[in-house]
Amino acid sequence: MIILQVMNISPPAIRAAGLRVVRGGRTVLDGLTFQVPAGTVTGLLGPSGCGKSTLMRALVGTQSHVTGTLDVLGAPAGSPELRARVGYVTQSPSVYLDLTARQNLDYYAAVLGINRRDRAGQVERALTDVDLTSHADALAGNLSGGQLNRVSLAVALLGSPDLLVLDEPTVGLDPVLRRDLWDLFHRIAADRGATLLVSSHVMDEADRCQRLLLLRAGLLLADDTPDNLRAHTRTATIEDAFLHLVDAAREEEESRA
Amino acid sequence: MNASRTFATALRVLRQLRHDPRTIALLLLVPVLLLVLLFYVFDADRRAFDGIGASLLGIFPLVTMFLVTSIATLRERTSGTLERLLAMPLGKGDLIAGYALAFGLLAAVQASVATGVAVWLLDLSIAGSPWLLLLVALLDALLGTALGLFVSAFAASEFQVVQFMPAMIFPQILLCGLFAPRDSMQPVLEAVSNVLPMSYAVDGMREVLRHPDATGDFAVDAVVVAGSAVLVLVLGAATLRRRTP
Repeated sequence: MIILQVMNISPPAIRAAGLRVVRGGRTVLDGLTFQVPAGTVTGLLGPSGCGKSTLMRALVGTQSHVTGTLDVLGAPAGSPELRARVGYVTQSPSVYLDLTARQNLDYYAAVLGINRRDRAGQVERALTDVDLTSHADALAGNLSGGQLNRVSLAVALLGSPDLLVLDEPTVGLDPVLRRDLWDLFHRIAADRGATLLVSSHVMDEADRCQRLLLLRAGLLLADDTPDNLRAHTRTATIEDAFLHLVDAAREEEESRA
Repeated sequence: MNASRTFATALRVLRQLRHDPRTIALLLLVPVLLLVLLFYVFDADRRAFDGIGASLLGIFPLVTMFLVTSIATLRERTSGTLERLLAMPLGKGDLIAGYALAFGLLAAVQASVATGVAVWLLDLSIAGSPWLLLLVALLDALLGTALGLFVSAFAASEFQVVQFMPAMIFPQILLCGLFAPRDSMQPVLEAVSNVLPMSYAVDGMREVLRHPDATGDFAVDAVVVAGSAVLVLVLGAATLRRRTP
């Protein structure tokens, strides 16, 4: 209860209003308005190509042609002061293949400004978090796809960021590892008070999130808790709820056309 | 600019290279082997070897550093690591200075080995100090690093980036005075060669070859090469965008 109260008082970690992104003349995100409460694990779900990655790039400030309001941790997205407070994992692992996992983390830790004394400890903790200590000194290029994804995730955990933006971090991982990672995400939110925005195109991961943003073709279909979503659409699974909302949106489009 | 981030970047680039000993071996040995080759090509004419050998000592570092840097930074751009770094508190200057530092160090080793072999083993007879040769070689390497960084912004793949080598480097080699004195070229070409930095690199090497002391011309050459390198590095920094479409 206390946590809920704190959540209600503290300002949202992400606040978007009329957010629009144009890429190559095409409107990829069209007037999104939503908030992500601080300290939660929020899922960003939708089919491939619906704009999930673009939204995440806008949040971390690497996307150009962003209009509307997009505030992250109380500052406009991409502000210099946010760069050490937001952890970001791109869809494909952005690590150096010709360095070991530990060397990768060590470099990124230095870039984040973690001082030399704390660096080794932070690197070790991040490696432990993603269960990679046994492969820490293997060349990243020799790791499997799933292991590489976890190195990339470990980089985002360095420096205990207040917001973690994770683009499909569990894709291609086995069920045990996926469960472990989701447990880790919740632990990070609960213990460190961080906010996590996790994207996925696999709907069965939705129930692991406290809140969901459903995105389709650049439009927000829903912004709710998984339970509410199922209740409102009178469906049993999030996948059905999503399909229900898609059909409803289509019918509306057709009746307008 | 932040010194610790710059050094961390340089260290990272060197660590990457350390995992690739074959590239290091090629970088260090190929210039030496080419010089030896040239030595025997001019078997009957040692004076010709002196002139061309000294010019090549200025051209090698530029070419190899251009290639290494253009591919390394292209990889950084395409692998997503650049996007990640620029979402972090890393200044563009830190990244560029880090690269320049790491490859500059490598170039120093390369140039020292090549100059040492040329002067002591192949009896390249120069009037001036070998240290001045080394200085020009280093400035050339910096210029190569800067050019490589810059062109990587205009290439989408490794195929494209290696094509920039004949496009940007070969014309400079043809016009730098290696094949024909620059003042004997068609006047338009001579004018073009006057604005290409490699011309000054080769002129600088020639000055060391002929004069026992650092001449005023040598100073001008060195300043032009260094200035071009800094200018291109700044242009290269401008091609690093935090926000991309």
